[in-house]
Amino acid sequence: MKAAGVKEHKNAHPFAKKRTVVLVALSILLVLSCTVSLMIGPVSFSFNEIWSGLFYSDESLERRIVWELRFPRVLIGLIVGMCLATSGAILQGVMKNPLADPGIIGVSSGAGLAATVIMIIFPAYILFLPLAAFLGALITALVIYTLSWKGGTSPIRIILVGVAINAIIGSFMSALMLLYSDRVQSVLPWLAGGIAGVGWVQFEMIIYYAIAALVFALFSIKHIRILRLGDEVAKLLGHNVEKSRFFLIILSTLLAGIAVSVSGLIGFVGLVVPHILRIMIGGDYRYLLPASALGGGLLVVLADTVARSAFNPIELPVGILLAFFGGPFFLYMIQRRRDSFASN
Amino acid sequence: MLLTKDVSFEHSSSFQLESIDLHIKEGEIVSLIGPNGSGKSTFLRLISRLISPKTGEVFLDGQSVESMKSQDVAKKLAMLPQMQDHELDLTVAELVEFGRYPHRGAYSKLTKEDEEIVQWAIDVTRLNDFKNRMLQSLSGGERQRAWIAMAIAQRPKILLLDEPTTFLDISHQLEVMELVKELNARFDMTVVMVLHDINQAARYSDRLIVLKKGKIQFDGIPQCVLCKEMFQSIFEIDADIYQENGKSFFTPIKLRKEGFV
Repeated sequence: MKAAGVKEHKNAHPFAKKRTVVLVALSILLVLSCTVSLMIGPVSFSFNEIWSGLFYSDESLERRIVWELRFPRVLIGLIVGMCLATSGAILQGVMKNPLADPGIIGVSSGAGLAATVIMIIFPAYILFLPLAAFLGALITALVIYTLSWKGGTSPIRIILVGVAINAIIGSFMSALMLLYSDRVQSVLPWLAGGIAGVGWVQFEMIIYYAIAALVFALFSIKHIRILRLGDEVAKLLGHNVEKSRFFLIILSTLLAGIAVSVSGLIGFVGLVVPHILRIMIGGDYRYLLPASALGGGLLVVLADTVARSAFNPIELPVGILLAFFGGPFFLYMIQRRRDSFASN
Repeated sequence: MLLTKDVSFEHSSSFQLESIDLHIKEGEIVSLIGPNGSGKSTFLRLISRLISPKTGEVFLDGQSVESMKSQDVAKKLAMLPQMQDHELDLTVAELVEFGRYPHRGAYSKLTKEDEEIVQWAIDVTRLNDFKNRMLQSLSGGERQRAWIAMAIAQRPKILLLDEPTTFLDISHQLEVMELVKELNARFDMTVVMVLHDINQAARYSDRLIVLKKGKIQFDGIPQCVLCKEMFQSIFEIDADIYQENGKSFFTPIKLRKEGFV
């Protein structure tokens, strides 16, 4: 009797249906967009051709283009999108602030600065660029956390310190580019954000970190949920708030660092994807976090497909494309949401 | 049940709690009253370990809370802070389930016993019809009951409430106070709360503690504490005191401060 009653309340959750629909739809769209992404480009293939390109290793054109060029790129787009959106979702949950994003609190620019230093000043060490980007993000996160500590941290202090750090790093970045203006050319595409020219090497570089970090992210859902009750309530329930906040910030940083290390500065995904999904299925992280990962992957794969085929033969950096279309779409969502609040 | 020994706290030179010794007995309903800034809420936060005292110790069932694990404290003591997040995307049932956290930790599933306790907390707070509703869609009184349900799902021996009736209309205020009385009478919960409404405090408490400037000024049963002298020295007002069916209540008459009258 009791068990039946409990089951009933789970089924009757006001968001239950929407969540299922959104999660299933995202998964289907993700598979579709990956397939389409493999099919179109300067040379287009049919479904059968990409099938044989993926599964028959021969010397054919399909094999070389689909397997060597497009497939790793699609996979990397997928990973980058998943990592960025998950990173943003975690940070927004921890900070209880919809504006929290690795791009806004300076973690991404920390990675960017480290990468720029490598590209401009130590181009001989270009192989270490991913590692440098990663460390840049991590160090920035630690600096932000330390500076916002005052007998404990608070979300708003972390965000404010982060915004300030972001500005400082930005000034370093501008100074570097002015001082070495002759070498800026090589940095620009990276700063604009994109995954042009990536291949299996980059894939192998990030895949294990990405899987580990995403699995950790799934385990972190319970921590995020309890932190969302508010610092005081979480503490009163016996939860170690500072410890899990620190752990979550580092996890979010690692996820952002993984993405930045191969794709450069792709903004917006971490901010917008969780936000839009939150409007659609509510803020329960048991659903929001997986949905954000799927949505982020979908968005970057789609955007990359458009970026490399729409203006053929010119390839746009994904980061620019995302900001160009994502910005207005985001504004539209916010506008619509305000309307729906007003009509309630 | 709860004992504080020489507990003091200093926030700034203008605000401090001085050496508070207090013994709260099992099964009591105790209300802390006093003017704004007198240290009532701070005192609750010290007991619940949200902040640490500068000196002194708080003992729960004879054990110093500083030496206890946070989860063990949360099994015995629950507190409802003054302000809760109104934007939480949770249903009532989901919120109440968090009350089992101290007993289960983050990673284990709710047992059958947990589910029964959650249902019990929902029944006691009369939220059964609302249990699948989102918190945001509830009225202030219903939402307050949902938070109380979460707190009692911890199955605490002692429940701390920081101004549980502020912002509620009068019928919801009484609803919350009646609930507190019921929790105390039927389930033997010791209750310590901060209240602004002195008449409500006198009506529903076994004991009133009056704080001013970080010190306990009066401590006793409502009939003793509610007196003209108390209102004069603590709140600087003149008040008339009445008794009815063994309960005391008061009506304010006028400010004693010159310049305002």
